Amino acid sequence: MTVIADTPDAPRAARRPQAGNPALRWLRTNLFSSIPNGILSVVLLAILAKGIFSFAQWGIANAVWLTPANDSSACRAARGVGACWAIIPEKYRFILFGTYPFDEQWRPALAVLLFIALYYLSTRRALWRRELVYLWIGALALISVLMWGGVFGLSFVSQDRWGGLPVTLILATFGLAFGFPLGILVALGRRSKLPAIRSLSVLYVELIRGVPLVSLLFMASVMFPLFMPAGFNIDKLLRAQIAIILFAGAYLAEVIRGGLQAVPRGQYEAADALGLSYWRKNRLIILPQAIRHVIPPLVNTFIAFFKDTSLVLIIGIFDLLTTAKTAIIDPAWQQFSVEVYIFVAAIYFVFCFAMSRYSRGLEATRR
Amino acid sequence: MRSSLSGEDFTGSAMKHLLHEFEIGATVDVRCRKSSLLGKGFCAVTTEARRPPPRRRFFALGRNELKGLFWQVLVVGIALAVIGFLWSNTVTNLSARRITTGFAFLGREAGMPIADSLFAYNPRDTYLWAFVVGVGNTLRVAVIGIVLATILGTLIGISRLSANWLLSRLAAVYVETLRDIPLLLQLLFWYVLMQALPAARAAWRPVEGVFLSNRGLILPAIPIGSLQLWVLGTAVLGLVAFYLVRRRLIAQQMRDGKPRPAWPFALGLIVALPAAVSLVLGVPWTIEWPQLRGFNFVGGLTLAPEYFALLIALVTYTSAFIAEIVRSGIQSVPRGQWDAANALGLRRSFMLRQIILPQALRVIVPPMTSQYLNLTKNSSLAVAIGYQDVVSIANTTLNQTGQAIEAIALIMAVFLTISLSISFFMNWYNARIALVER
Repeated sequence: MTVIADTPDAPRAARRPQAGNPALRWLRTNLFSSIPNGILSVVLLAILAKGIFSFAQWGIANAVWLTPANDSSACRAARGVGACWAIIPEKYRFILFGTYPFDEQWRPALAVLLFIALYYLSTRRALWRRELVYLWIGALALISVLMWGGVFGLSFVSQDRWGGLPVTLILATFGLAFGFPLGILVALGRRSKLPAIRSLSVLYVELIRGVPLVSLLFMASVMFPLFMPAGFNIDKLLRAQIAIILFAGAYLAEVIRGGLQAVPRGQYEAADALGLSYWRKNRLIILPQAIRHVIPPLVNTFIAFFKDTSLVLIIGIFDLLTTAKTAIIDPAWQQFSVEVYIFVAAIYFVFCFAMSRYSRGLEATRR
Repeated sequence: MRSSLSGEDFTGSAMKHLLHEFEIGATVDVRCRKSSLLGKGFCAVTTEARRPPPRRRFFALGRNELKGLFWQVLVVGIALAVIGFLWSNTVTNLSARRITTGFAFLGREAGMPIADSLFAYNPRDTYLWAFVVGVGNTLRVAVIGIVLATILGTLIGISRLSANWLLSRLAAVYVETLRDIPLLLQLLFWYVLMQALPAARAAWRPVEGVFLSNRGLILPAIPIGSLQLWVLGTAVLGLVAFYLVRRRLIAQQMRDGKPRPAWPFALGLIVALPAAVSLVLGVPWTIEWPQLRGFNFVGGLTLAPEYFALLIALVTYTSAFIAEIVRSGIQSVPRGQWDAANALGLRRSFMLRQIILPQALRVIVPPMTSQYLNLTKNSSLAVAIGYQDVVSIANTTLNQTGQAIEAIALIMAVFLTISLSISFFMNWYNARIALVER
C-alpha cells in the first residue's frame, strides 16, 4: 500500500542532496523516492494516461459538438464512440430556465446573476455589517419582482412555470435566509435555562435531523394539504421551500450551538454585569462572537444544503436537476443523458467548489 | 449586603441584576480592579458571607423567574396552538375524504410488487410485511454501504497523505469532485450508466464467473443452507472465544510485560474449529457459477442494477467525506508521537497500529458517526431510481391507501430507530477508545 508522508511538515528537500536539475529532483522526491513508490507512480501514470486518453477520445475527438436544430442523427451515429455535446446547445435554455416563457427568459437569467452578485458581496468581510441584511432583503425582493413580474410592465409568470437554475438558487437562498434566523432561535432555545423551551428545541432538532430530507419533502407535498383548512392550498414550490427551511433550521441550529458553546463564560457574565437584557446580550455580545467561530462549518453546511435542494426532484419540482432529467425524456435525445448530467454536475460543482474554496480560505486566515 | 461603587455610571438596574445573581447565599468574592470598560478604578465589595437562603413561596417568584415563566408559557402556548390548529384541520380533512386513521391498514393485502428484496415476498402479503421487506432493503444497502465506504474512504484518506505526489493529488481530485456534486445527481448518473451496459447476452466478464450487464452485477455464490449455517455459527462462536482469550493475554502482558502471540488462538478458534465442524458434518461448499440461459442468468448472486447503482453512489460519495475525516484524524496526531515511536525503533506496522491509529481514532470516530447516519438517511434517495427501500414502499403505500400520516410516521420511526442505534453503538465505541486521563 501507500507510504504515509510520516511528518507532514517536515522539510522534505532537506533530506536529499541539493544537486542536479530541479525538475529531476522534484520527480525524485515526489514520485520515485523508493522502489515501491516508483512502481506505484508508474502504474498510476499508466492508468491516468489511459483514462485521460479514452475520455479525450470520447469527449473531444469523437464528440459531436453541433447539429442542426432538433436533429440527433449525427449523435446517434456517434453513439458509443463519441459524446454528444450537441444536446447542450439544443436543450440548455430548458435545462437552465425550465418552462419559463421563452421570450422572458432574460428575467430568470438576470435573477441568477443577482444571486451570484449577492453571494459574492456576502463573502466580503468589509460588508459584514447590518447593511448586509438590508442588501439581502432588497436583492431578494428584486429577484421576486423579476421572477413573478406583474409590475413595471413585466408580464406575470406564475411559479409553476419557473424552473431550472433559478429555482435551485431560490430554494437554497430562501432556505438559508429564513433557516438561519430560525437556527439562531433554536440554538438559543437549546441553551436556554427554561426547561420547556429547551425541550421543544431539542425535540425539533432531533426529530428533523433523525429523518431523511426525502421524508420531509414527502410530508410537505402529501401531508401539508391535510394540515391546512379546507380550500386553503399553497403552491408546491412554497411547500417544498417550507420543508427546506425547517430542515436547514435544524442543521444550522446545531452548528450555531457549537459556536455558542465556544464563547467563553466570561462574556456571558460580563454582559449580565452590564445589565443587558437577554436579547441585547445575545445580539450585541454573544452571537457576533459565536457566529464568527463557526463560519467555516456554516459554509460547509451551506454547501451540503445547496446540494440537498436537488432532492426536490423526488416530489416533482422543476429545479436544475429535474429540468435536466426532463430534457432527456425527449425520445430523439434519450440516449444522451450522460452528457446532460455532466453539464449539470459542472454547474453544481462550480457553485460548491467556490464555496468550499472560500471556506478553506477563511480557515487559513483565521490560523 | 453592602456594596460600594466608584463608577457613577453603574446604574441601579444593573446593580439590582447583580444583587439578584448573588441571591444564592454563598460567599461572594469580588475584588477591586481597574475596569477597562469604565476607564477608572472599579470596586464592588460585598460582605456578609452567609445570608439565610431566601424563603421561597410558590407565588413569590422573582422578576426573572416570572419573565422566564412568561416566555415558556408563550412559546409552549404557540406550539400547542399551532399543533392544535393543524390537528383539527387534519381531522376535518380526513373525515371529509373518508380516510380512517390508524394502523389497521397494515394487516391488509399490499398488492404491490417488490422486485428485489432480502426477504421472501409476494404481492399477496400484508402491508406490514412489505414494510419489513423495505426495512430489510434499506439495511441491506446501508450496512454494506457503511462497510465499503469506510474501507474505501480510509484508503483514500491515507492516499491523500502519501509521500507519492501523484497518488495524493489523485486522491484530492477524487474527494473534491465527489463532494461538490449532489448525491442524487451522482445516483442518476450511475443508474444511467448501469442501464447503458450491454444486454445479458453480451455481458462484460471482468473475471471468470462475474458478469456485468444491464441486469446488474452477477457474482458466483455459495448457497447457504442449515448445514453451512452451523459452520458459520461455529466461526462466530470462535470469534467471541478468541476475543475473550485475547483480553486475557493482554491482561497477562500488562502484569508481567511479556508479549504473548495471539495468532495461534485465532487460527485455532476461527479457522480450524469451523473447518473441523465442516469436515465432521460433511458440509458441501460448492460454488454456484452463474450461467447464461436464454436472456437471463441462472444461479449465482445477482445485484440488481438499482441496488448496485445505489450502492456505488452511496459508497463513493460517503467515502469522499470519510477520506477527509481520516486525513484530518491522522494529521491531528502530534509529530512528537511519530518521532518518539521512531526513536523507540518500532516497526512501521506496529507503530501505525499501536501508536498512531489509537490516537487518530479519537478524532475520527465522532464525525464518522454522523457520516454513517448520513449514509443511512441518504439511502432513501433510492426512491428516485426505483430501488424499493422503506421510503419507496411507504410512498407506494401512501398512494395506494391514502394513509399519509401513518406512512410518514412509519418512515420516521424506522429512521429514528436506525439513527439512534448507530448513535448508541458509536457512542459506546467512542467511550471505549476515548483517552483515559491518568
